[in-house]
Amino acid sequence: MPSVRTEIKLAEETFLTDDFLRQLINVGEVDILVGLPTHNNAKTIGAVVQSIQTGILRWFPRDRAVIINPDGGSRDGTRELVTGISIDDLRPVSNLHALRTLHCISTPYGSSPSSAVALRTILAAAELLRAKACIVMSPESSHTEDAWISKLLQPIRTDGFDLVTPTYRRHKFDGLLITNLLYPMIRALYGLRIREPYTHEFGFSGRFGAEFLLNNVWDDGTGASGPELSLTLAAITGRQRICQSFLGQKDHIERRSADLVPALRETVGPMFSALDSTFPAWGAVTASQAIPTTGPDHEVLLDPVRVNRKRLREMFSTGVAELEGVFHSILSPTTLAELQRIAGLEEAEFHYSSELWVRTVYEFAASYHKSVISRDHIIQALAPLFRGRALTFLMENRNGSAADVENNIEGLCLEFERLKPYLLQKWKSRE
Amino acid sequence: MREMIISELSQALLDLRMGFAHYLPRLIVMLILAFVGWAIAYAVKVVLRSILRLIKFDKLSENAGASQLLNKAALPAASEVLSRFVFWVVWLGFILLGVGVLGILGLQEQVAKFFFFLPRLFVAMFIMFFGLLAASFFSRAALLAAVNANVPSPRVLSLAVRSIIIVFVLSIVFEELGLAEQTMLVAFGIAFGALMLGLAIAFGIGGRDLAQRFLERKFVRAKKEEEGEDELSPL
Repeated sequence: MPSVRTEIKLAEETFLTDDFLRQLINVGEVDILVGLPTHNNAKTIGAVVQSIQTGILRWFPRDRAVIINPDGGSRDGTRELVTGISIDDLRPVSNLHALRTLHCISTPYGSSPSSAVALRTILAAAELLRAKACIVMSPESSHTEDAWISKLLQPIRTDGFDLVTPTYRRHKFDGLLITNLLYPMIRALYGLRIREPYTHEFGFSGRFGAEFLLNNVWDDGTGASGPELSLTLAAITGRQRICQSFLGQKDHIERRSADLVPALRETVGPMFSALDSTFPAWGAVTASQAIPTTGPDHEVLLDPVRVNRKRLREMFSTGVAELEGVFHSILSPTTLAELQRIAGLEEAEFHYSSELWVRTVYEFAASYHKSVISRDHIIQALAPLFRGRALTFLMENRNGSAADVENNIEGLCLEFERLKPYLLQKWKSRE
Repeated sequence: MREMIISELSQALLDLRMGFAHYLPRLIVMLILAFVGWAIAYAVKVVLRSILRLIKFDKLSENAGASQLLNKAALPAASEVLSRFVFWVVWLGFILLGVGVLGILGLQEQVAKFFFFLPRLFVAMFIMFFGLLAASFFSRAALLAAVNANVPSPRVLSLAVRSIIIVFVLSIVFEELGLAEQTMLVAFGIAFGALMLGLAIAFGIGGRDLAQRFLERKFVRAKKEEEGEDELSPL
């Protein structure tokens, strides 16, 4: 009886406010739950909520649905916008009619945003409302379409999948951390080719959501940052049914290279951390396999972009030189010597090879496992090296076609798979 | 006259015999205490060394930066140094206990002082070790943050953080040991003030060009972004 157990636990815990619980009780049971975590998203939230409402009315008119909006202390009226948009606003445009009441609940959970608290609130609401299928939507995307609701929910409702991850049409140089680290490493370690293991738009079954809610990631701190990736890894290691669904174009409202360290903390941190507890699940995997995908598993945009390559190389070289002492604790002497060699190269000759990058990442993972220094420091130390790898990827694919870029990523994935014994060796060694 | 000399000599020999008879058992007790103390100290050393190796104390010491200091002084690993230190402290404690049994006036007071000083010594060592650990942690945090924020001369910043913490820790350690408290207080004030003044001068005058480049980089970058240079999104 996991459901009853969860409800008792939820009722005892204090992270859901009384007011929020009262609103949930008023809603009753639902079939579909849409989670929409926000924090100062007034510019885009209106369009996103309208897309969600249109999607529900168009694709699931007979289902009982609710939108849950956990808000991390918005001061720009985001919450009012979410709850203020009525289905009546949609009728003149889309000629859609509601057969059921579409509920929308907004609840503040704190004065600062936390993806972990937001996701936990959504999962708890889904459990209390006994939602059969849930999706989480990003409040930032300006390209959200109503069809995305169907693409994320339908595989759960009709095909019985437990987790639906999206695939997107992206610029070839967008999401370099995913293409150069997360996707290839998760593929090599766990044997599943999930193109977007870390995403803010995904769907999951109520059953899997309830299971994940009981997971101890909330208590041991591993889910405090990047719970989305923890959810994906929990689905993989829990042998849940996973599929991908092509949504469309992904965009980023804010493009800041300075976000790299928080991005590493949210993605690489939980991934490295999960390796400790999931060793039985990944230690013996030797090959990877594709997962069911609706639509293409990726699409690439080739628009020209202007990137400051000189600054990337400078930050890499400075990092390698200044953090030498830190790298001595993390990397093997051979890898460090090779990094120091390429740090001295001119931009035109610069090349951070796939093999060296994979060895670097694996040595970081092993050092993280052994906690050779503070784990957060290990994650931070990866940032300058990632910039070096990003520079090589940019240079290799500057004039490349979509196929060239894909071949490059595939080559890197195979390198991660080929060198997996090296990780196992480092993982088990005492030094 | 002759009888008097013989009598005095006999008395002296008697006194010597009495004194010897009086001190011999105490001397034997002292030697036994020293021997037992050596055995206990040795056992403590072996056990402590094993525990320290088990908890990877050398790695912790390396992270704290203590191992580097030991290397520079051509001393063995931190676990070895600590276990040897504890060995000598324990053995010395037993020897002094034995000396106390001898009942030599003046020495007993010194022995009492030694035992009174021991807890403070251990507290000081504890503060020193964790102070070094904190200095190492925060200096590395500063170094990583500075490198990732592309701040010029990150090592200087890191070194400044480490120096400030170490100076602060040393002042606490000396205060705990009760060594020249007033002198240390003044020295700390002077050293801390000098460090701050040095940093102010370095940033204000010596680092003028550096500050200029830093500000230029910040604003020029912002300008470039406005001109249409794309920033890559990692996710």
